Amino acid sequence: MTQGQTVISVDGLSKVYRIGQKERAHDSLVAATFDFLLAPIRNYRKFASLYRFNDLETDASGTAVADMIWALRGVSFSVRQGEVLGIVGRNGAGKSTLLKILTRITPPTRGCVQIRGRVSSLLEVGTGFHQELTGRENVYLNGTILGMTKKEVDRKFDEIVDFAAIEKFLDTPVKRYSSGMAVRLAFAVAAHLEPEILIVDEVLAVGDAAFQKKCINKMQDVGRSGRTILFVSHNMPAVKMLCNRAILLNEGRLMMDGTPHDIVSSYMSSDVGVPAARQWDDPRTSPGGSVATLREVRVVGPAGRVVDTVDIRETVGLQMEYDVRVPGHILMPQFYVYNDEGLLLFGTVDREWQPHPRAVGRYRSTAWIPGNLLTAGTFYVSCALLSRSTDTSQFYEQQVIAFMVTDNMGEGTARGDWAGWMGGVVRPRLEWETSHNEGARKLHTVR
Amino acid sequence: MGVAGGGVAPMSAQPAEGPVTVIRPSSAFAWADVKELAQYRDLFYFLVRRDIKVLYAQTVLGFAWAILNPLIQIVIFTIIFGRVAGIDTDGFPYILFVTVAIVPWTYMSDAMVQSSQSLVTEQHMLGKVYFPRLIYPLTPTISKLLDFSIALLLVIAVLFHYQIAPTWNLLLLPFFIVWMVAIPAGVGMWFSALAVRFRDVKFAMQFAIRMLLYTAPILYTASPLPEKYRLLYSLNPLVGVVEGFRGCLLGGAFPWEYILPGLATTVLLFMSGVMYFRKMERVFADVV
Repeated sequence: MTQGQTVISVDGLSKVYRIGQKERAHDSLVAATFDFLLAPIRNYRKFASLYRFNDLETDASGTAVADMIWALRGVSFSVRQGEVLGIVGRNGAGKSTLLKILTRITPPTRGCVQIRGRVSSLLEVGTGFHQELTGRENVYLNGTILGMTKKEVDRKFDEIVDFAAIEKFLDTPVKRYSSGMAVRLAFAVAAHLEPEILIVDEVLAVGDAAFQKKCINKMQDVGRSGRTILFVSHNMPAVKMLCNRAILLNEGRLMMDGTPHDIVSSYMSSDVGVPAARQWDDPRTSPGGSVATLREVRVVGPAGRVVDTVDIRETVGLQMEYDVRVPGHILMPQFYVYNDEGLLLFGTVDREWQPHPRAVGRYRSTAWIPGNLLTAGTFYVSCALLSRSTDTSQFYEQQVIAFMVTDNMGEGTARGDWAGWMGGVVRPRLEWETSHNEGARKLHTVR
Repeated sequence: MGVAGGGVAPMSAQPAEGPVTVIRPSSAFAWADVKELAQYRDLFYFLVRRDIKVLYAQTVLGFAWAILNPLIQIVIFTIIFGRVAGIDTDGFPYILFVTVAIVPWTYMSDAMVQSSQSLVTEQHMLGKVYFPRLIYPLTPTISKLLDFSIALLLVIAVLFHYQIAPTWNLLLLPFFIVWMVAIPAGVGMWFSALAVRFRDVKFAMQFAIRMLLYTAPILYTASPLPEKYRLLYSLNPLVGVVEGFRGCLLGGAFPWEYILPGLATTVLLFMSGVMYFRKMERVFADVV
């Protein structure tokens, strides 16, 4: 294949989904009974039409008409061979839907895609892994699921095991592995795919720092070898480092197409708008697992009310409200704070997690960031909840809320009355101690 | 690979090189993409292996269950229908009569149930990775063959005990085995596609399997059935398979009037199953 040839051509791609409709409230027993009896007919109609959309012409503006929602609207772009394309956007912007269409997991509602070459996609690490199988067996299973042939897996088997560093445990069932080992193995298989076109969805957010570095290096190798890569991520530094082009999606539309630098800046600026608070009214669509679901997440000021801007001296609270449905789990709520370059400043975990199994109910957990720690600017917050008891993540909403910190010069700030530029990713107000030696010469004390 | 819905727009200014996959909303009718299935045969193999290993993982008895399961059924049915009810079975001892039929029945019922649930059980994979969807319902029909083969040992043991000599009829056994596999494959394709949207299928299946046991001449012989009902009765493919197995293993004339109608039904079931499944498979990930 010649360099620069178009390998992916996306034209007017649109996708509609049906979401759950509000349950009708009944104001009389008779109505409720009728509704109950007619339920099978209603259910049949509902299920039969899950994938049919004859009423599409009525609303294309994007607001949910009855129970429909446009995940993608008229997206068009093309990708040349050898490009590493970053796909950036808020949660719900349509990135994963776009990938699912490109990988034929789901069909488009409108539009057309043409792809030249073999595609391998990585929407998740360890798809198909089964706990009862050994590491060796899972490598073959996962490898063939991802599209390799047995011969290919044979050829790369040693490299894969080496990359994951689990040689000793090859023939033990995966259910005995630590979660880190299983993840490394899964990623090792995925890292050795050799398709012409590779589509990757945020799988770099796994493992410890050393392993992540390995993964990023591997992605760079793949990019350098002339393969085409589509890369969806919230990890802005990774996007800037790995990609040579990027597109920005928002609410299903393609907003921008340009250099990674421009796209990242645009995404991070408040034009695209990440709110200071988000809530999920419908428990069925709120993020969560079997143990807990997230209902609201917000940035609050010292008084406890939602704010989107705080003074640099003020404490700012990150708050999540979640419903726990299964009792007896030890839960770890976490927040991660990023600056507007996408750098992770810190993560924080509720210390209370040791070891208090939670009862069922709604919880509100707040993490208070002291004043005079963050610098001025915009900050993006991810929130997550882990069940320590089963080692499962209940939800992980990336960069779901944001807030601004303003530094007006004044008393009690690190800046004091200095009007010049102050750099740094944090701006703590530290205690300084100065001593001087009143030695040989008497000095006028100057106050 | 490519699903053509009308003319394919050529990619601009490119020399024609390499296979182009086109993804469009509407799918024209497509028969099974055998080429694609062949590409994924290694995956098929590993999925079958997985099913087999997982089934008996951490059990003490392991594969012995493949024999114990039908054996216990045979003992119970022999006591109830053979001794107590005293059902006449064309001159053969009851236990022989029922063993030869229970083994293919066990295979078919297990495979049908697992195949119908295959898409629902694996819905996670459905939404995360693409491989030919037909592999989902077809995997259980192959993995259950291992249990079937082990249970055949039981059949051989019983045949040996009653000193039934093999006849030329045995040559037809492979044909009946293929037919035996085609039935759960056809049922599985239909019902797995339906189960994705209508979970009722699971409950309907559980009920249907229990009833189906009595619709085929497994526990009883069909000879007393009056002639005018024979065609209707034989449209049930299970009848044909069971009579076929009996004919192969016990010798004697094949009752073709009981066998051939079921064959036609099976062919229809299988082909329509493939068509329906292929029609619906693109939306599985959306509606499961």
